[in-house]
Amino acid sequence: MTRSNDGTLDRRVVVAELLREPGDLLVVTGLGSATYDAGAAGDRPLNFYLWGAMGGAAMIGLGIALAQPDKHVLVLTGDGEQLMGMGALATLAASGAKNISVAVLDNGRFGETGAQFSHTGLGADLAAVAAACGWQTVVTARDMDAVRLLRTRLREENMFAVLRIAADEKPRHLPPRDGAYLADRFRRALGVATD
Amino acid sequence: MQHPTWQEGVYTALKTAGITQIGYVPDAGHKHLIEAAHADPDMKAVVLTTEEEGIALAAGAWLGGARCALLMQSSGVGNCINMLSLPVNCRMPFLTLVTMRGEWGEFNPWQVPMGSATPHVLTAAGVHVRRAERPDEVAEMVAASATLAFDTQIPVAVLFSQRLIGAKVWVK
Repeated sequence: MTRSNDGTLDRRVVVAELLREPGDLLVVTGLGSATYDAGAAGDRPLNFYLWGAMGGAAMIGLGIALAQPDKHVLVLTGDGEQLMGMGALATLAASGAKNISVAVLDNGRFGETGAQFSHTGLGADLAAVAAACGWQTVVTARDMDAVRLLRTRLREENMFAVLRIAADEKPRHLPPRDGAYLADRFRRALGVATD
Repeated sequence: MQHPTWQEGVYTALKTAGITQIGYVPDAGHKHLIEAAHADPDMKAVVLTTEEEGIALAAGAWLGGARCALLMQSSGVGNCINMLSLPVNCRMPFLTLVTMRGEWGEFNPWQVPMGSATPHVLTAAGVHVRRAERPDEVAEMVAASATLAFDTQIPVAVLFSQRLIGAKVWVK
């Protein structure tokens, strides 16, 4: 069945492009495929992968952004994860933080649990939600030319982006999942560890 | 000279503990803290749509080298349970100040179930729970709880009893 939100982008190619030469970009990934995609693009201490805490990715990004106003935060997550934390789109916009972007890898499916249709696969438009919440810059990308343009903008602007990816499942690439290790190495790489 | 209220003492304790971010879902019992946070140019006050956002916010603050506290009402504790796996699993500090409802002079029956469950569900989720009953102990308890949370990297909740904050007045 084809639905209006069906995408064709290859999620691994998209994420590899968005995270190419990341510099000191601070990256938070939502649980499931976004975490696997970021790990496959190259593990690094300034990637904080979620393996749980569904719905929390954007808010973790906001906490980092407020703490590190001179750096930029990219939250990379899936449609299901963002749908669970949809209120955070209003909270981030209301916070006034400008050094954060959110990119949603949207295949309209709950990929981790058997590819059941999510709300975006049933007609909900997260880009429209973000715009209604007060995000000033909202983009939907459907091809790699658009993705290549987003790579820089996501690191410089306060942007909400929806990336229309295909629904096919990729081989799992499992980055580290010990939360204490991930948190500690992130803080050390940032130079904020206290011991 | 006006005597400082216990609420002012709590705000001072948060500042002394190095808190620079406060996430909150509004509550009458936290009114002073919320207003003080917004009036303080060195404090980032973040209004949340649901309390669990504050746990993720606090985790991000810690990752970024800052300290955050979450202000909520006991009814909000129930919204937080799965997100509490974040600080527990990542060995992160977490400090929340919870105004209690449903226990002392409560008028609204809808507040009772979550008020009664609050200390139990927090404990079950791995949060260390303290409870303040008297105005003269609150600021010290918040200060000690902040030390415990941030120096040993554990989640800590301080419950402000409804007797302390005063039962909500329904007929004014």
